[in-house]
Amino acid sequence: MFGFSKAQAIGFLIMVAAVAIGPFVLYPIFLMQVMCFALFAMGANLLMGSIGLLSLGQAAYFGMGGYVCGYLVQSYGFTPEVGIIAGGLTGAALGAVFGWLAIRRQTIYFAMITLALAQIVYFFAVQDTDFTGGENGIQGIPRSALFGHLSLNNDLAMYALVAVIFLAGVLFVHRVVHSPFGQVVKAIRENEPRAISLGYKSEHYKWIIFIIAAALAGVAGATKAMVMGIETLTDVGAAASGLVVLMVLLGGIGTIYGPILGALVVVAMQYYLSSFGAWVTVIQGAIFMACVLVFRRGVIGELAYRLKTPL
Amino acid sequence: MAEAILETDGLTKVFGGFTAVGGVNLRVETGTIHALIGPNGAGKTTCFNLLTKFLQPSAGTISFAGQDITAKKPADVARLGMVRSFQISAVFGHLTAVENVRVALQRDRGRNFDFWRSDRVLRRYNDRAHELLFDVGLSDAVDVPAAELSYGRKRALEIATTLALEPRLMLLDEPTAGMTEADVSRIVALISRLRAGRTILMVEHNLSVVSGLSDKITVLTRGKILAEGDYATVSNHPDVITAYLGTDHA
Repeated sequence: MFGFSKAQAIGFLIMVAAVAIGPFVLYPIFLMQVMCFALFAMGANLLMGSIGLLSLGQAAYFGMGGYVCGYLVQSYGFTPEVGIIAGGLTGAALGAVFGWLAIRRQTIYFAMITLALAQIVYFFAVQDTDFTGGENGIQGIPRSALFGHLSLNNDLAMYALVAVIFLAGVLFVHRVVHSPFGQVVKAIRENEPRAISLGYKSEHYKWIIFIIAAALAGVAGATKAMVMGIETLTDVGAAASGLVVLMVLLGGIGTIYGPILGALVVVAMQYYLSSFGAWVTVIQGAIFMACVLVFRRGVIGELAYRLKTPL
Repeated sequence: MAEAILETDGLTKVFGGFTAVGGVNLRVETGTIHALIGPNGAGKTTCFNLLTKFLQPSAGTISFAGQDITAKKPADVARLGMVRSFQISAVFGHLTAVENVRVALQRDRGRNFDFWRSDRVLRRYNDRAHELLFDVGLSDAVDVPAAELSYGRKRALEIATTLALEPRLMLLDEPTAGMTEADVSRIVALISRLRAGRTILMVEHNLSVVSGLSDKITVLTRGKILAEGDYATVSNHPDVITAYLGTDHA
């Protein structure tokens, strides 16, 4: 089915079931946040896992997607789907420009350039208070009604929309990885000079992957802004960029379900450990270290290795 | 004289004051196996990297099939039909043998930027990929990840991948480097079997490989051409003996 391995297909069914039952067991807002971050992390995983580029600036696309969506919906009264699509396009456009610059360098230099470019976006967000609200953020973004008719004020209605976007995102990412394009991308990750010697311009493939990752981040950020009704500097800062890398590593780099599980664990920590205040960051740091030291493949990556099947 | 597929004129590469390749005029004729030999540090691999545009020459021109390629990018050179291998075996480790060959075959689709389409469209290349793997003796390893193949078989897979592009000129960078005796003779047999209708330029250390295979040999020392000709001519050339064995033997 859809190029899934058997284990992946089972995983998908379990996930669909969990998404369906979820809002009746857990706090829907929490789950919607998890799905938004999962979408964000899946994009980052395309960069890290598929083609082997570590970006430390993914929050720029996530945050700007959220700002543009929030601004259009709140100030101009656009409907949510327009806001979310605009968020995705913002991410893609920003990714096209920044990616074009960043792919010229490799490894740590690539990471540093993405970080520096994201910091520019962050300071823009701090400074341009007319657009982003500065320290206050954009507050009270109305959920209004999908296509102007279906009200999203009910949490379950909103949840259904987020679930559809999230599941479509999972299928989309899987398709990208298992496409003719994805095959060349894998070859570039494995041995870039060899791929070039076969006649593939690796920079074009990297650029496209970068844009896709940024577009997913934009959609995720916009959707999160619609869910929470607020968009702040938290989503555009370096900490959010670090968080998404943590999600991917924790869950399992280069797997489908790893970033999703990573998002679940990290967001759950923020929610359920919030009474520890600033200590949450320390706990996250400890988990990150444990991850690097003990199970470098991440949770899902380790599971896939033990079961000898891609997950 | 036969038609030249690859020609260089005064090819030079200077690395911060050190001339790795200095004024090399190379002429590879269509349908021949041409070997580039020389002691360590003679500039053979640099020469290879210049020809395939992985390095930009400091001076001189390169023309391939009558076209000046001095200013082209490596991927463009590959698309013109000059495909290289690497000194350290270059396979895609996590891809299976058949997938490795298919990556080369799918180039004939053009750009391959279609990320929205299923990779099932690549199945039409499977038959051709299996044929190529059969040709290099890897029929039993079709679905084995390349990283799990032995060194000699990785080289064979690399050759199959290169052949998949039907290159007009194949450049092999030390195809037998680091191999066991058995693997060396397998690769030599493979190259002599595949040579019909092909043009090959190879860098090689192993003189027995060179003597058996090549029509023309160019000896390089310190970035310059020392001697050129068939094996008998080159191996009796006093300067070559000096370069390889030292002055005592001259």
